[in-house]
Amino acid sequence: MLHRYPKRVAFIMLVLTALVAAFPLWGEAVFGNQANFMLEKLTLMLILALFAMSLDLLVGIVGLVSLGHALFFGLGAYTLALASPDFSPASMWWMLPLVMGVSACVALIVGVLVIRTKGIFFIMTTLAFGQMLYYFISTSQFAGGTDGVFIMFRPSLALGERTLVDLDNPYSFFYFCLGMLLLGYFFLRWLTRSYFGQVLDGIHDNEHRMQALGYATSGYKLVAFVIAGVMAAVAGMLAAMQYGFANPAQLGWHTSGEVLMMLILGGMGTIFGPILGAFAYEILLYLYEHATTHWPILMGLTIIAAVLVLPRGIAGLIIAPPWRRKRQTASEAVSEKENASIATSAQPVTQRKEN
Amino acid sequence: MRDEIVLATHGLTRRFGGLVAVNDVDFDVKANEIHAILGPNGAGKSTLINLLSGEIPPSEGQVLYRQQPIQGKSARQIARMGIGRSHQKTNIFPRLSCLQNCELAARIHMGGVFGSWRSRQTAQKVSERAQEVLDTCQLNHRAHTTASDMSYGEQRQLQIAMVLATAPSLMLLDEPMAGMGREETAQVTELLASLTDRYTLVLIEHDMDSVFRLADRITVMVDGCVLESGPTEQIRTSEKVRDVYLGRHDEGATA
Repeated sequence: MLHRYPKRVAFIMLVLTALVAAFPLWGEAVFGNQANFMLEKLTLMLILALFAMSLDLLVGIVGLVSLGHALFFGLGAYTLALASPDFSPASMWWMLPLVMGVSACVALIVGVLVIRTKGIFFIMTTLAFGQMLYYFISTSQFAGGTDGVFIMFRPSLALGERTLVDLDNPYSFFYFCLGMLLLGYFFLRWLTRSYFGQVLDGIHDNEHRMQALGYATSGYKLVAFVIAGVMAAVAGMLAAMQYGFANPAQLGWHTSGEVLMMLILGGMGTIFGPILGAFAYEILLYLYEHATTHWPILMGLTIIAAVLVLPRGIAGLIIAPPWRRKRQTASEAVSEKENASIATSAQPVTQRKEN
Repeated sequence: MRDEIVLATHGLTRRFGGLVAVNDVDFDVKANEIHAILGPNGAGKSTLINLLSGEIPPSEGQVLYRQQPIQGKSARQIARMGIGRSHQKTNIFPRLSCLQNCELAARIHMGGVFGSWRSRQTAQKVSERAQEVLDTCQLNHRAHTTASDMSYGEQRQLQIAMVLATAPSLMLLDEPMAGMGREETAQVTELLASLTDRYTLVLIEHDMDSVFRLADRITVMVDGCVLESGPTEQIRTSEKVRDVYLGRHDEGATA
């Protein structure tokens, strides 16, 4: 069945989550005085995982490849930076709804305009909108031009006088991000298994047929586009809190491309794949950057190798491990077929259906 | 009720560049009948059914569904009016189960996605409707099989089940038995025959035996024009039709 995976997926994800959550316990033992730096890196990975996951809803589930998703990431960052008061921390209670509201409105407007396009045209129009905002922000005085905007105070999460989570503390902020990622994951998991998710799968497989059945497919795509945009904006807000500034680079197509690579690396259409992809990408980036100044070459080669060897990404490797597949072909062909049908839920970019 | 005209075309013409695929076709379908369209390859049958379902606009003339022109309406609106169609190519959602395929089709006509989200009752009704059409099409033993794992014949049947699930009043079926074995063909023929008390069917089919068994009326097309249209008996004994199928009128047969 679609969006239901073998038990080992849940097992592996649980173990990894526990390992990440327990970082404060083992971080210092492994990384020594680098532990604080590593915690920051890990927090960033959690944020990027949320970002990548939001793009998966569009690319992997609905089948709309967007090259302008950083628009919403940057929008979240700038909304936080510009709306934060200069001399006191903002309250998370209104900052989060504000970021979500602004991004939802922008996603709705952009969505209405881009959703009628398909394939390469969708890629180009989303890219165009992303770059429009990029140039607008990087040349605007109020947004600090190419320097961006500094955030003097991180928003606080308090109930009355009592602080619920001290977001200035790197450890609590780390857990806050982990919480947001889990929230996002369970939301998307619920969404993809819902009736709404079934319609999105239908659109991915054969939009024409969905229309012939009577579905107003544009409406569903628009809703998915807005949800993805809002989630990306929340990730952008967290990133701005982490860095302490909002920068035009967070808006540019480069960021959109990077997150797309995380998706390819992790496995599209699986929701949990992009989380692994974001971690894998960031870890590789860290290693390559330290190994050579020519790290983009290494990264490029890795992505090419990943596409060739693992067309369904890391997720595909977990859902249908190659050694299992081989054993089944040897024994019986029927279960191989079943296995393959599970594996098809994580799909390579190139596999597009015609009408 | 029986003689009410559900679907009618007037001077329907469709050109693709210099080629006239459908040429000045007048055609009507009465309630609860099976109206078959016969003709050699390239006669314009598929174009005609695409025109009837509003998938392509006519170059001239119009299609009236219950006295209302369907021109200018989107595929979605036409589906909502009660016209369901199946395609010549198998057109199902391969990653969903057989039951889910039917539910997807049923849901949009029973309160939509958001309706079933809100109320358990709607979800229940959708599921019942899907089960019912699977029963009708004798696919209930495959309800939880992923569609891509079913045999070709079963997939074709599922496609008919999905059209049924949308509870259309008019069904346009484009070669529902194409590529099926003899046993499956017989099964589908029986299925279609059992539907006439509730549905009106327009059927394109190459399998002559099934067509003559099923159809109340037959329209024979050659080169985009109607060669002859009338009750099944009349067509069976028609000289003109026999000429076309025995190859004496051979220009159209190879087009």
